[in-house]
Amino acid sequence: SENERLLQANNRELTSSFGYPDNAIKTSKYNALNFLPMNLFEQFRKLANAYFLVLVFLQMIPQISSLASYTTVIPLMVVLSITAVKDAIDDLKRHQSDHQVNNRSVLLLVDGRMEEDKWMNVQVGDIIKLKNNECVTADILLLSSSESHGLAYVETAELDGETNLKVKQALSVTNDLEDNLELLSTFDGEIKCDLPNNKLDRFTGILTYKGQKYLLDHDKLLLRGCILRNTDWCYGVVVYTGPDTKLMQNSGKAIFKRTQMDQLLNVLVLWIFLLLAIMCFIIAVGHGIWQSKIGYYFQIFLPWENYVSSSVVSATLIYWSYIIILNTMVPISLYISVEIIRLGNSFYINWDRKMFYAPKNTPAQARTTTLNEELGQVKYVFSDKTGTLTQNIMTFNRCSINGKVYGMHNCHKRLIKKYKKVDFSYNKLANPNFLFYDNTLVEAVKSGDKWVHLFFLSLSLCHTVMSEEKVEGELVYQAQSPDEGALVTAARNFGFVFRARTSDTITMVEMGETKVYQLLAILDFSNVRKRMSVIVRTPEDQLLLFCKGADTIICELLHSSCKDLTNVTMEHLDDFATEGLRTLMVAYRELDVTFFQAWRHKHSVAYLSLEDRENKLSIVYEEIEKDLMLLGATAIEDKLQDAVPETIITLSKAKIKIWVLTGDKQETAVNIAYSCSIFEEDMDGVFMVQGNNYETICQELRTARAKMKPESVLESDPTNICLPMKPKIVPDEVPKGRYGLVINGYSLACALEENLELELLQVACMCKGVICCRMTPLQKAQVVQLVKRYKKVVTLAIGDGANDVSMIKAAHIGVGISGLEGMQAMLNSDFSFSQFHYLQRLLLVHGRWTYNRMCKFLSFFFYKNFVFTLVHFWYAFYNGFSAQTVYDSWFIACYNLIYTSLPVLGLSLFDQDVNETWSLCFPELYEAGQHNLSFNKKKFMDCVLHGIYSSFVLFFVPMWTICSSECSDGKDISDFQTFSLIVQTSLMCVVTMQIALKTTYWTVMSHLLIWGSLGFYFCMLFLLYSDGLCLMFPNIFQFLGVARNSLSETQLWLSVVLSTVLCVIPTVGYIFIKPLLFPVSVDKVGARQLPRIRHCMKYPVPPPKRARLKRPSFRRSAYAFSHQQGFGAIITSGKMTKLRSKKKDKLLRKSHLMLVSHHRFQASSQTSNVEGVERDSVGLPPARGRVSSCPARLPGLSGSFQGVTCEALVGRGGSRGERA
Amino acid sequence: MAMNCNPKDEVDGGPPCAPGGAAKTRRPDNTAFKQQRLPAWQPILTAGTVLPTFFIVGLIFIPIGIGIFVTSNNIREIEIDYTGTEPSSPCNKCLSSNVTPCVCTINFTLEKAFEGNVFMYYGLSNFYQNHRRYVKSRDDSQLNGDPRALVNPSKECEPYRRNEDLPIAPCGAIANSMFNDTLELFLITNDSDPTPKPILLQRKGIAWWTDKHVKFRNPPGEGTLEERFKGTTKPVNWPKPVYMLDSEDDNNGFINEDLIVWMRTAALPTFRKLYRLIERTDDLHPTLPAGQYYLNITYNYPVHSFDGRKRMILSTISWMGGKNPFLGIAYITVGSISFLLGVVLLVINHKYRNSSNTADTMAF
Repeated sequence: SENERLLQANNRELTSSFGYPDNAIKTSKYNALNFLPMNLFEQFRKLANAYFLVLVFLQMIPQISSLASYTTVIPLMVVLSITAVKDAIDDLKRHQSDHQVNNRSVLLLVDGRMEEDKWMNVQVGDIIKLKNNECVTADILLLSSSESHGLAYVETAELDGETNLKVKQALSVTNDLEDNLELLSTFDGEIKCDLPNNKLDRFTGILTYKGQKYLLDHDKLLLRGCILRNTDWCYGVVVYTGPDTKLMQNSGKAIFKRTQMDQLLNVLVLWIFLLLAIMCFIIAVGHGIWQSKIGYYFQIFLPWENYVSSSVVSATLIYWSYIIILNTMVPISLYISVEIIRLGNSFYINWDRKMFYAPKNTPAQARTTTLNEELGQVKYVFSDKTGTLTQNIMTFNRCSINGKVYGMHNCHKRLIKKYKKVDFSYNKLANPNFLFYDNTLVEAVKSGDKWVHLFFLSLSLCHTVMSEEKVEGELVYQAQSPDEGALVTAARNFGFVFRARTSDTITMVEMGETKVYQLLAILDFSNVRKRMSVIVRTPEDQLLLFCKGADTIICELLHSSCKDLTNVTMEHLDDFATEGLRTLMVAYRELDVTFFQAWRHKHSVAYLSLEDRENKLSIVYEEIEKDLMLLGATAIEDKLQDAVPETIITLSKAKIKIWVLTGDKQETAVNIAYSCSIFEEDMDGVFMVQGNNYETICQELRTARAKMKPESVLESDPTNICLPMKPKIVPDEVPKGRYGLVINGYSLACALEENLELELLQVACMCKGVICCRMTPLQKAQVVQLVKRYKKVVTLAIGDGANDVSMIKAAHIGVGISGLEGMQAMLNSDFSFSQFHYLQRLLLVHGRWTYNRMCKFLSFFFYKNFVFTLVHFWYAFYNGFSAQTVYDSWFIACYNLIYTSLPVLGLSLFDQDVNETWSLCFPELYEAGQHNLSFNKKKFMDCVLHGIYSSFVLFFVPMWTICSSECSDGKDISDFQTFSLIVQTSLMCVVTMQIALKTTYWTVMSHLLIWGSLGFYFCMLFLLYSDGLCLMFPNIFQFLGVARNSLSETQLWLSVVLSTVLCVIPTVGYIFIKPLLFPVSVDKVGARQLPRIRHCMKYPVPPPKRARLKRPSFRRSAYAFSHQQGFGAIITSGKMTKLRSKKKDKLLRKSHLMLVSHHRFQASSQTSNVEGVERDSVGLPPARGRVSSCPARLPGLSGSFQGVTCEALVGRGGSRGERA
Repeated sequence: MAMNCNPKDEVDGGPPCAPGGAAKTRRPDNTAFKQQRLPAWQPILTAGTVLPTFFIVGLIFIPIGIGIFVTSNNIREIEIDYTGTEPSSPCNKCLSSNVTPCVCTINFTLEKAFEGNVFMYYGLSNFYQNHRRYVKSRDDSQLNGDPRALVNPSKECEPYRRNEDLPIAPCGAIANSMFNDTLELFLITNDSDPTPKPILLQRKGIAWWTDKHVKFRNPPGEGTLEERFKGTTKPVNWPKPVYMLDSEDDNNGFINEDLIVWMRTAALPTFRKLYRLIERTDDLHPTLPAGQYYLNITYNYPVHSFDGRKRMILSTISWMGGKNPFLGIAYITVGSISFLLGVVLLVINHKYRNSSNTADTMAF
C-alpha cells in the first residue's frame, strides 16, 4: 500500500517490481557532463557573481558600453574558475569516497551459497551475512546471530557518536535458522514496514512467516553505519538500501553558518549599490545638462548617435554607462579574497603545533573554513562538562578506611614531583596504568589488615561491572560509569581482582588466590536510593551484604556502634570534598542465614509483583540495608583536563563569559565549576534556581536580580510581563559584585515555557559564571539560541559528546573536543581539537589575529576600490559626463586582480599586531573584537570618506599638474594618456604606501608582496605600453610609448610624490593621534605601552596564589554514580554473560526474556515518574545495559532535532513507558 | 561524508585511527611559516618616528616648492585669445562664415625678450577632446599604416568611417575635427621699418618621438603617397586629403606632425597643443626680442558655436616644462602644513602622553 513498504526475503523478482533503489549511494553533486552548467548555475546564484554577469551583458550593449568587456570578463572568469576548481576538487573527493564505499564487499546469500559481492549490488530482500567488526551494509532485519538468544551487539558511533555497545535481538523464530544456509535460503518471510524515514529510533513492521505474524521493532533492525561487535556472525534480510537507509535519510544538508561579517558585508554591498545608483544619477543629470548646454552645439565635431534623440535619452544611456564604469565600487574579488583569507587562517590553525595533542596524535582542525574571524569576537562560551572540562577519567585518589586516610593530597603530588609511585608488581593482574602514591596502603594490604581487606573486597564485589579477558591476565572492565570502573580497578590493583562473573557467581583473585563468591542478590542503584548493595555467599559460607552509596544516605543506615568512626570518616569526607573529589561511603553487614532466607522470599515476591514493583522492591531493600558497619570512604577524582582553570581565568579576563551546560547532577557540576575557576570562593554569591513552577522560579530570579542590581528589578519589571513588547536585544547590565548562577534543566524548561526567558537571561548575563545542569541536548541548544536571539554577540559552544551536537550546531561557532565520547561532536563542529585549553589559543591568538586581519583587509579593500573608482566620478565633471574612464582599460582589468590583490592578501595572512605571547598575556586585547570595533559600519564610512579624500587628491593633483603644462622639451603632456598614467602611478604609490602603513608585521613575504606588486606594476606598464605589443594590436593596446615619454618627466614624479604625501600624511597623523585622543585597549597595550609589555614579558608576574577556603559542606555529596539504573537486572538475568549454552532449556530462556522485558517496562516508567528529564540529560550514554529500552538518540544527524524534541517531550510527559 | 563506517578507514578529519597502524605522527611541521613565527620587523608609530617625519617632509617640501615656483615664474609666456567673440577683436569678422578664407591680424607686444627655444601653442577651451565617444573615434591600426584598416576602418570611427562609400583616411571624429587655423608670427623690428620680419616657425619636431616613428606610419607600398592612399577619401571637414598636409614627404600623410599632435587627445576640455617651434638661432640674440609683433591668423576653425575659445601661446621652457605655478605652490603649502601638523602633534602628544600614562599605570 502507499504507506507501507512490502518485501519478501529471497525474492528479488517481487521486490524489484516495487522499484526500490539499490544499495549504491551518491553524495557527489556533479558528474563530468553536468559539472560546467550546474556549477555555473550555482555560482551565479550568488548575488555578487550575478551582478557581474549582468555587467558583462551591459557591456555587450554598444550604446552604453563604456568599458571594454574584458575589464569585467577577465576578473569574473578568474573568480569563477577558482571557485569551480575548488568545487571540482571537493566533488572529486566525494566521488572517490562514494566509489570506495559502494565497492566494499559483502557476503550475499545466493542460491544457497554465500557469495562475495559489492555493496552497491545489494538489493532489498537479500539475505546477507555480517562478521564481527564489519560494517552494516544496509538497514537489515536481524535474523539470527552467533550469540545466545539471537543477540547482536553493535557500535553506533557513526550514527550517534555513542561508543558503548547496543544490543539488538532477533526474533526467536528467525534465530532458529541459525547459520543453516539451506534454511536461510528457503526463508520466505514477508515484511511489511514503514516507508523510509529519518527517525533512527522508530521502526515498526510485521513479519509474516509460515502463516504467523510477528511484530518488528527497531530492536531488530541493524542500521547501516553501525559496526558489529562481539558477535561472530549474524544474518539479516535487507530492508532499506542505499538512499533509503536511515543513515542516508539523515545526512541532510549541513546547516550553513554565516558569520556576522558576512551579514555586514551584504549590508555594505547594498549600501554601495545605493551609493553607486546615487552617483550615477548625479552624473546622468549632469550629462543631461551638459548635453543640452554644450554637447548639442559641439555636434559640429561630435555628432550625436542616430539613436540619441534628446539629451534625456543620452542621460539615460549615460546612467548605465556609469553603472558599468563605477562597478569596481563593488569589489568583484571581495568574496573570493575573504574566502582565501579564511582558508589561509584555517591552515594556520591546522598547522599550529601548540594545539597538537601528542598523546592522541591529534592536531587542531578547522573543519569549517568560513567562520574564522568570528573566533575573534566570541563573547559567550557554552561548555559541556564531561569530557570537555574534565577528562571523563575517574581516578581513585584517596580513601579512608576504618578512620585512617590513605593517598596523597593533590597539591602535594604536584609539589613533590618525585614522589614515589606505588609498586604493584606483587600483583600480576594489576593494571599498569593505575597510579597511587601512598605506600602505607599497600603495606596495610600486605600485612593483612582485616578492614582494608574487607574494604577492597567490598569494592571488588559491589558493582555491576562486566569483565572481559581476551588474553589471559589482561582484564578489561566494561563499567557503566567511569567512577565504578575506577573503584573496581583500584581494588584490582591492591590485590582484589574481580575476574569474571556469571549470573550467580563472581570469580575473584584475592591476593593471588582464586575464590568464587555466590552472588545472591544485587540491590541495584537508583536515583532515589542513591546506593547499591550486593549480597554474596563467601567461599567460607558467610553471608555478606556490601553496600556503597552517597554518604548522606549511608550514614542513616549505619549501625549505632559506628558512630565514632562515622564522625572521623565524615571529617575525611569533608577534606576530600574540599579537594573536589567525588566521594562514596562503603559499608557491609554480616547476614544471618535464616534472616536472609526470609528476606529472599519477600524479595522474589516483590520482584514478580506486577504492580508498583519498583516501590515494593525498594521497601524490601530497605529491610536488609540497615545496621551496616562502616568500612570507609572512597574519593575519586574527576580529573580536569590540563590547564582548564588557567584557561578559564584567561578567558574571563578577555571578558568572555563561560556557561557550563551539562547533563550531570547539580552537585557535581558545581564542584567542577569551583575547581575550574568558573566559580570562585570569594564570589559575592551563587544563586540556585531550582523551582519547578512559574512562581518559584520567578521569585528566585527576582531575588537574584534584586541582589545583583536592585534598581533593575523595578524598571524592567513591566517589560518582562508584557510579552508582546519583547525587546530585540537585551542590553548588558553591570551588577555590583561577582555572582554565579546555577539552574537545573527542569527549571530551565519551565522558565523557557513560562515566558521567563528574558528574566532568566537578564539574571544569567549579569553573573560571572552560569552552570546549567541536568540539561537535555535540546535544552543546551535552547540556551544557546536564547543568548543568540537576545544578545547581539558571538557564541561558541564546545563539547565532546553526541549530546552536545545540538548546541554545537546552534552556536555561531561549534567546537568539538575529539575525546572519549565518540566523534559525533567533532563531525558536527566547525573546529576541533583534543584539549579544552587550546580554546584560549584558538580564540585569543588565532581568532584575534584572523579578526584583525579580516578587518584590516576589509577596510583596506574597500578603501582601495573607492579611491580607484571615485576618480572616475571627479573626471566626469571634466569630460562632459561622457563615461570616459580615467585609466587605461588594462589597468582597470588588472588593478583588483593583480596589482593590488597580493599585498592585501599578504597583509591578511601575515600581519600580527601583537604576537601570540602578548595576546595570551593580555587577554584584554580581545575585547575589541567582541564589540566589533575594528570593522563596522562606522569604520566603513571612514573608508568611504578616506576614499573620497584620496580620490580627490589623486584626481586633482595630476590634473592641475598637467593642465596647460608641457614637457621639458616643450611637447604635449596634457594629453589623456599621460594623465591616465600619472593617476595610475600615483594611485599605485598611494595604495602601496597605505598598505605599508597598515602593515605592522613586516616579514620577508610582506616586503616581497608589497614592493613586488609595485615593481610588477611598473614592469607591466612597460610591457603593456611596449612597441611590440602595441603594434601587434594597435586598437587594443593604445598607450604606445606613454610610459617612456612620461616617466622621464620630473613634473610627473613631483606630482606622484605630492599626491602620495597628501594622501598618506593624514593617515599617519590619524594613526598617531588616535590612541592619544581615543584610546582603546589595543592601542593602550599595543603601540604605546610596548616597553611596559616587554618588561612584563621579561619579568613575568607570578600568578596570584588562590587561597583555598574551606567550602561549605553542601557541595560534598558528590557521590560517584552515574544517574542510571544499574546493570543489576541484566546481570542476574544472565543476558550479558555470554554463556554459549544453546542447549539450555529454551523455555527457561523465554522466561528470562519475559522477565527482562517486563523489568524494562517497569524500570522505564519508574524513571520517568521519578525524574523525567533526567535520563536524557545525562552526559553519559544512556542506559547501557538495558537491552533496548533507550532509543538511540541521534542528535548528531541533521534533521533529527525533531527526534530530540520528541524525546524530551516524552520524557517530560512521563509517558516513556509506552514505548518500551 | 556520512559513509565511513569501517573503523579502519581514516575518516576525513577524524581522530587518529587504527592503533597498530603505522604510528605516523600528525604533528604539524615546525617551520617558521606554518607556526607564524617568520622573522619580522615590527615598526611602531611612536612620537619618536612620526613627529620627525612631519618635520622632515616640511623641510624637504618647502625648498623644493620654492625652487619649482621660482623656476616656473622665470618662464616667459604670453597668451593671446583670438576667438573674436568681442566685437572689438580683429577676428570678430571671421565669426560669420561668409568670408573664406578669413584672415585676421592681432598685434601684441613682448615686454621682455624670450630667450632660448620658444614654443608656439594653440589652445582650445571648452573643447571636449576627452569625450568618450570622441576619444574612441579613431582607428590606430589605420594610423599605423595597416593596409586592411586603411580601406576598412574600425567601426569606432562612425559616423566618420566612410564617405560616399569610400573609406575615410584618417577616419573618426578626432581626425575629422583637426585644428586647421594657420598662425603666422611677424616681428615689427622698429617703427621706422614698417616691413615686418616673419619669424621662422618649425613644423617638425613637435610630436612625440614614439608617435612619429612608431605609432603613426603611412601605408606601406611603393610610389607616391597619393598612390598609397588610393581608394580612400579625405575626412569630411578637411579641405584637402591627408597626403597633401605638407609638402615634405617625412611630414606628410599619417606622419604629419600636426595630425599626430592633434590625434593625441587632451585630458581636459581646456588644453593647449604644440603648434610650432621657434628655435634659438644663436647665443647672442634672444629668440624673440622684446618688441611689437603681430599674429596673422587664417581663421578656419569654428569654436564659437559651442562657446569654445581659441588662443595662441608663446612660451619658453625650463627643466621642468612650461609655466605651471601649481606644483610650486602645492609643495610649499603641503610642506608648511606638514610642519605645522608636526608642531600640533608635538603639543598634543606632550599633553596627552602624561595623562594617559597615569591612566595606563593604573590599568596595569
